[in-house]
Amino acid sequence: MPSVNLTVNGQPHSVEVEGRTLLVELLREKLSLTGTHVGCDTSQCGACVVHVDGESVKSCTMLAVQAEGTSVTTIEGLAAPDGTLHPMQEAFREYHALQCGFCTPGMVMSAIDLVKKHPEGMDEHEIREGLEGNLCRCTGYHNIVKAIAAAQEVMHGRRTALAPAEV
Amino acid sequence: MYDFAFHKPSTLAEAVGLLADPDARPLSGGQTILPALKHRLDRPSALVDLSGIAELRGIRREGDRLVIGAMSRHAEISRDPTVQAAIPALARMAGNLGDTQVRNRGTMGGSLANNDPAADYPAAALGLGATLVTNRRRIPADEFFLGMFTTALEPGELLTGIEYPIPDKAGYAKMRNPASRYVMTGVFVSRGPAGVRVVVNGAGPGVFRQAEMEAALTGNWSPEAVAGIRQSPDALNSDIHGSAEYRAHLVTVMAKRAVVDAG
Ligand code: FES
Ligand code: FES
Repeated sequence: MPSVNLTVNGQPHSVEVEGRTLLVELLREKLSLTGTHVGCDTSQCGACVVHVDGESVKSCTMLAVQAEGTSVTTIEGLAAPDGTLHPMQEAFREYHALQCGFCTPGMVMSAIDLVKKHPEGMDEHEIREGLEGNLCRCTGYHNIVKAIAAAQEVMHGRRTALAPAEV
Repeated sequence: MYDFAFHKPSTLAEAVGLLADPDARPLSGGQTILPALKHRLDRPSALVDLSGIAELRGIRREGDRLVIGAMSRHAEISRDPTVQAAIPALARMAGNLGDTQVRNRGTMGGSLANNDPAADYPAAALGLGATLVTNRRRIPADEFFLGMFTTALEPGELLTGIEYPIPDKAGYAKMRNPASRYVMTGVFVSRGPAGVRVVVNGAGPGVFRQAEMEAALTGNWSPEAVAGIRQSPDALNSDIHGSAEYRAHLVTVMAKRAVVDAG
């Protein structure tokens, strides 16, 4: 059996897998990191998005062995050790950007990559286009887009605190 | 997915050796083969991961050509300043296919070797008169694409890079299926060292050149030149996403938009 050496949320791991083991299976079944979801298993929904060396990937469409030597970040690795949420997580909470929450881990991971790739900032249309690889069956996306728009201001240092949602 | 042996060679020679096994398959970005293996459409004895091979990477300009290593990923191509300067239409294409996560993994070589009728790059390769370089030979794009999921690549032959002659102008327009986002019909146009080329993708079983539009644009490079040319629906795809007649209609619409895109 091949073994994979990788770093997950800052922790080094060496894990025995099969050639066919998917990265998402390694995370959920071997490391018990069940925050990463499997919605479709066919590369469409984005519930399984994690960061591999900082880039968002669909972990249902990557073999565990392909992650050899990489650094993986999952939804569990975003908050600070004292529990302070990442600005994107905070924005999803503040803007009520989730209903059932199934798509949320993937949405948050995709959104962080998207914001990092657009230091100039994105308008609503660009955010919607950028979320092409993530499906949500509950929210209608509206509040997800608002949350990302607010989070990017904090992530790019244009605001020190998240703008409160209008109620 | 059935299990398989996994190899990650660091040289092209080693990869070619491993692929001498007729049941071994090359693995580039994995965005097509992994979904196919999940459906058990194939049962390879081994996957040979090409991502550790330096010879397959790199993007550079060599005189009047742009050379892209087969393992270059879509996201990398779309952001590359050399591509953006030499063939902006190609950089835009790479940034506008699949989704962000697919673009972070998928490769140009993998897409070309797969030759999905709904893929984007075959239109650019044929539409720019590219040369596809393998571990054995150099194949002109006109001889490479042989129809649905079929190319001139032989067993054990690996695409190593693609050489694009730099055009004076190039543009691309596509109509995506609103749900799957796959190309229903696209048209790539270019004018340059390879003459005027007009290539249709997504509409038929494979990419093809539209000779009548090429002739029209040679005399008059403008969207009006192709506006009156109708593509025959014979041999185009008819499926739940659109009839052959609809796709034929889209060829003219996309050709006009591609010329506008090229400027
Ligand atoms: S579970 Fe990976 S894209 Fe849906
Ligand atoms: S919140 Fe339910 S799928 Fe998005």
